[in-house]
Amino acid sequence: MTHSSTPIAHKQQAPVHSRAERKARNATLRGRFGLVLYLVLLLLPIYWLVNMSFKTNTEILSGLSFYPADFTLENYAKIFSDSTWYMGYLNSILYVSMNMIISLLVALPAAYAFSRYKFIGDKHMFFWLLSNRMAPPAVFLLPFFQLYSSVGLFDTHIAVALAHCIFTVPLAVWILEGFMSGVPREIDETAYIDGYSFPKFFVRIFIPLIRSGIGVTAFFCFMFSWVELLLARTLTSVEAKPIAAIMTRTVSASGMDWGLLAAAGVLTIIPGMLVIYFVRNHVAKGFALGRV
Amino acid sequence: MQTKVENNKAWFLVMPVFLIVAFSAIIPLMTVVNYSVQDIFDPYTRYFVGTEWFKQVMLDSRLHEALLRQFLYSFTILAIEVPLGICVALMMPTKGRGASLALILVAIPLLIPWNVVGTIWQIFGRADIGLFGAFMSGIGVDYNYASDPTDAWLTVVLMDVWHWTPLVALLCYSGLRAIPEVYYQAARIDQASRWAVFRYIQLPKLTNVLIIGVLLRFMDSFMIYTEPFVLTGGGPGSSTTFLSQSLVQQAIGQFDLGPAAAFSLVYFLIILLVCWVFYTTIMNMQKDK
Repeated sequence: MTHSSTPIAHKQQAPVHSRAERKARNATLRGRFGLVLYLVLLLLPIYWLVNMSFKTNTEILSGLSFYPADFTLENYAKIFSDSTWYMGYLNSILYVSMNMIISLLVALPAAYAFSRYKFIGDKHMFFWLLSNRMAPPAVFLLPFFQLYSSVGLFDTHIAVALAHCIFTVPLAVWILEGFMSGVPREIDETAYIDGYSFPKFFVRIFIPLIRSGIGVTAFFCFMFSWVELLLARTLTSVEAKPIAAIMTRTVSASGMDWGLLAAAGVLTIIPGMLVIYFVRNHVAKGFALGRV
Repeated sequence: MQTKVENNKAWFLVMPVFLIVAFSAIIPLMTVVNYSVQDIFDPYTRYFVGTEWFKQVMLDSRLHEALLRQFLYSFTILAIEVPLGICVALMMPTKGRGASLALILVAIPLLIPWNVVGTIWQIFGRADIGLFGAFMSGIGVDYNYASDPTDAWLTVVLMDVWHWTPLVALLCYSGLRAIPEVYYQAARIDQASRWAVFRYIQLPKLTNVLIIGVLLRFMDSFMIYTEPFVLTGGGPGSSTTFLSQSLVQQAIGQFDLGPAAAFSLVYFLIILLVCWVFYTTIMNMQKDK
């Protein structure tokens, strides 16, 4: 690539320019290639699970293949026809939604307070909240069990929702505070001068302004509540048992029911994909917790 | 940062959060403290034992091993996930349909329930029915995560990298998106190399999100329970038994409430200490701006 420095080159600027362009294009191409490679490796284990969920157990155990030779929906049919299975999904969705609503309701005013006012102990309070996000669920397992049993909430959806608040609420406050700090304070002041009361201002003006922040927060609450199993399993026995705990039933005396396990696993991935599809445009900012 | 108004009435806005978190955090925490200083035989027979459980926990060699394993694990995955995450973020397209698609695909592992992640790798790593296991034995490696400690360790690390690199990548991606185009134009005029652009423009802008990323990853990897539990059950032997798991074994398995509670507190304090250091760093950096 040295010919651009020959005497002909300085008559026209083009070769130098195109060399830089070519270099940039090569870099982008290399980037695309790397990204595709990463995505393939990322999706391979998931594909394997999907692949297995459409196979019969005899086919799974008889050898490896990249696609089901004997395509079957039997595993899914089993899940959708057995109420103990599909109730698990409903239970999970129910407590996750409850948790999302509770977290948002309490976190919104608190995040506003943290982003706008100075008050006694605000910094300590904020760190204390975050410190709950750091508490290993294993630490709280037994006390939670006893606490919720003693107030008669054991094996209810609300118990799991409340228990999950311990890590979703601090996160929600943290993310919302980031988004709210991005809204200029002048808006609040103008609204007060115009005679808005605080609740009216908050609901009519402020919340629409941070809509995307709320969406992202709901997404994060969903994400962390949906994937958690340890607390959800400990606090439930029959009525509110999450799908993730029901999956352990596939181990039976005759060995593992791999196809059924795979099908149940695939079904747990779908709600997450739906949710991320809805917030895809805001999620980039949300992942930095509103703090970029 | 904007200046804030001094107003103690703001406490009323924080009250709901305080109450709800206090209900699910302070009461259980106090229960743990209560257990940690007592010897409990049954609900009516209990003795105050002071710091005895703490002494016992501090000297327990099984816990020392678990703690060491935990630190090794957390640092290993951080050392892999942070650079890999940055690379992936740099490669992701910035606009168009490709950008949303890449974003959604990269985020998928984050939304899979943790025990399903364990299940996926349990299947994927088996030599008889899993692609990865079959691949490893295909190239002549005697690979079996259920019986060989090294393989088990490798699989657990690989699983975590698969599971959590997307978080670092998405954090960095959002950090990169916040860099104004002008910076790149200036770099182009200066004919800065790709490396120089990364080192002097992108990396400094990434520090903030990277600290959040490292903080989240450290906390979560330090609390990891479900995935290794499903995958290896802590074995073979105790080669993949991390802190949470030995805690659950002690508290639920053997029902040793006192020592388990003391252990919980020590465990919590370690995480708190490390995270406090991170947190103070973030806050100081935001102040400097």
